[in-house]
Amino acid sequence: MGNQYVSRGKGGKALFDAGVKEYSAAGRYYYDPDYVPKETDVLAAFRITPQEGVPWEEAAAAVAAESSSGTWTTVWSDHLTDQERYAGRTYRIEPIPGQDQQFMAYIAYPLDLFEEGSMPNLMSSIVGNVFGFKAIRALRLEDLRIPAVLLKTFQGPPHGIVVERDLLNKYGRPLLGATMKPKLGLSAKNYGRVVYEALRGGLDFTKDDENITSQPFMRWYDRARFVMEAVHKAEAETGERKGHYLNVTAGDMEEMYRRAEDAKALGSRIIMVDYLTVGFTAFASLAKWCRQNGVLLHAHRAMHAVIDRQKNHGIHWRVLAKWARIVGADHVHNGTIVGKLEGDRISTLAVADLLREDFVPANKERGIFFDQPWVSMAATMPVASGGIHVWHIPELVALFGDDVVLQFGGGTLGHPWGNAPGATANRVALEAVIKARNEGRDLLREGPQILKEAARFSPALQKAMETWKEIKFEFETVDSLDR
Amino acid sequence: MKFETFSYLPQMSDAEIQQQLAYIIHNGWIPGIEYTRTPGPQNAYWTFWKLPFFNAETPAEILTELQECQRNNPDAYIKLTGYDNKRQCQVFSFVVYQPEKVA
Repeated sequence: MGNQYVSRGKGGKALFDAGVKEYSAAGRYYYDPDYVPKETDVLAAFRITPQEGVPWEEAAAAVAAESSSGTWTTVWSDHLTDQERYAGRTYRIEPIPGQDQQFMAYIAYPLDLFEEGSMPNLMSSIVGNVFGFKAIRALRLEDLRIPAVLLKTFQGPPHGIVVERDLLNKYGRPLLGATMKPKLGLSAKNYGRVVYEALRGGLDFTKDDENITSQPFMRWYDRARFVMEAVHKAEAETGERKGHYLNVTAGDMEEMYRRAEDAKALGSRIIMVDYLTVGFTAFASLAKWCRQNGVLLHAHRAMHAVIDRQKNHGIHWRVLAKWARIVGADHVHNGTIVGKLEGDRISTLAVADLLREDFVPANKERGIFFDQPWVSMAATMPVASGGIHVWHIPELVALFGDDVVLQFGGGTLGHPWGNAPGATANRVALEAVIKARNEGRDLLREGPQILKEAARFSPALQKAMETWKEIKFEFETVDSLDR
Repeated sequence: MKFETFSYLPQMSDAEIQQQLAYIIHNGWIPGIEYTRTPGPQNAYWTFWKLPFFNAETPAEILTELQECQRNNPDAYIKLTGYDNKRQCQVFSFVVYQPEKVA
């Protein structure tokens, strides 16, 4: 009686090589410094902090294997497949200046690993399995190159910057918005009043906060009706197109669709979603609905800091921003820069390029690890929101140009005379700065002077300037920022 | 009633209008002129004055056209536009003249 499970074949050779092998072992594909990435590969830059004693090649190969086709021990059914075709390959390892506990690994993933048009599949594949791996102490996805062929299977923004401007009839300047405050607690009627005052004063947009959805103090249907009454009234009075980003974030997809349809039926030009908390499947479905129904989509990045804030672990914001464009969003929050950190400035401007440009070249000084072609995918408007006011406007325009939404929440609602004068102050300041920019004046040097000249004919602006402290600008130009 | 970009600033002088025209031409954009008696959020396609000025070289020649359009349509709002044919879209819009108010 023989053993039916005998694992020896002809000549006594093992049928397959059972047992645990190093990921970086030769012949296993996962560490392949001679590999030349293909145009069709997805490329990842991972910041790896290995456990002590784990060689860099082994840690990098483990990440490549566990985010593609490998597992911890060989299995017989491996040999039924063409393993070479599916393996993720670490093709380069680089030290990081100033860090000896971390290094950068570049990994190429074959196109066949991924389903067309599926961001959840891309994420489950690349970041779904490896971050808890014991051999790695910490892991951060710094950048992800999506090849052109795969980009073409995604919709991208429902409308994009060009169509948005045409829909709103607004050209040659940044767009102006404000989040309604207080965040929570206003009745629907009172909320509509806040919206009306801000829009009639001169803002283009007002915004639901990310955690306003449909709560006991204000249900969706009531808010939608009072808000749209305010929007229509402000449009009729000012003669300009206006929008309020109604937040359709909800507990299930069916309710999101109901809210989106309701907003459209009431005549809203734009809706909003918290794209990370609803998840990429819901976000994609909503983005497709928005394109099919002619409604703009504003994406709030609530929860991003859970993922992107720690420098050694998580996913860098630039990857989350790319995903927002790809799936896609007409607007996404991207930060304001006008703080004191030089690093934020460079990185935020680089991400603005990733959102707006058709081709972004690799430049490690800016944190762009790979060339990223966008092959005519529509552009996403970056949104600068948080702690900005009139004195910041010259620098904001110098940094971001026209294709940006500037949101002044406190900077509108905190005006001593109320929202409408607050909005007018911001609108007058912005238009004066744009006029001066077009005339060739230096916004960084002359910013405060430009505002003071405009305040002569705008008491609301004069009062806003007194209320918030004057900023002194340094004289460096945006172009000469160094690392 | 407001009219989008620059409508929150005081009426510009001819010299200031020429500076905006210089900005359009310097950027390689194509200036155009439109007018209407019925502005409002529903009305974005105003009446073309002639065609976009594809061969514009100087601000002065476009200012002349703006003034001629106004003389011919004294009760209309006159808008200056700019087109970018590389990005293939409109990039500039500014209501330059409003009708004189009847005393």
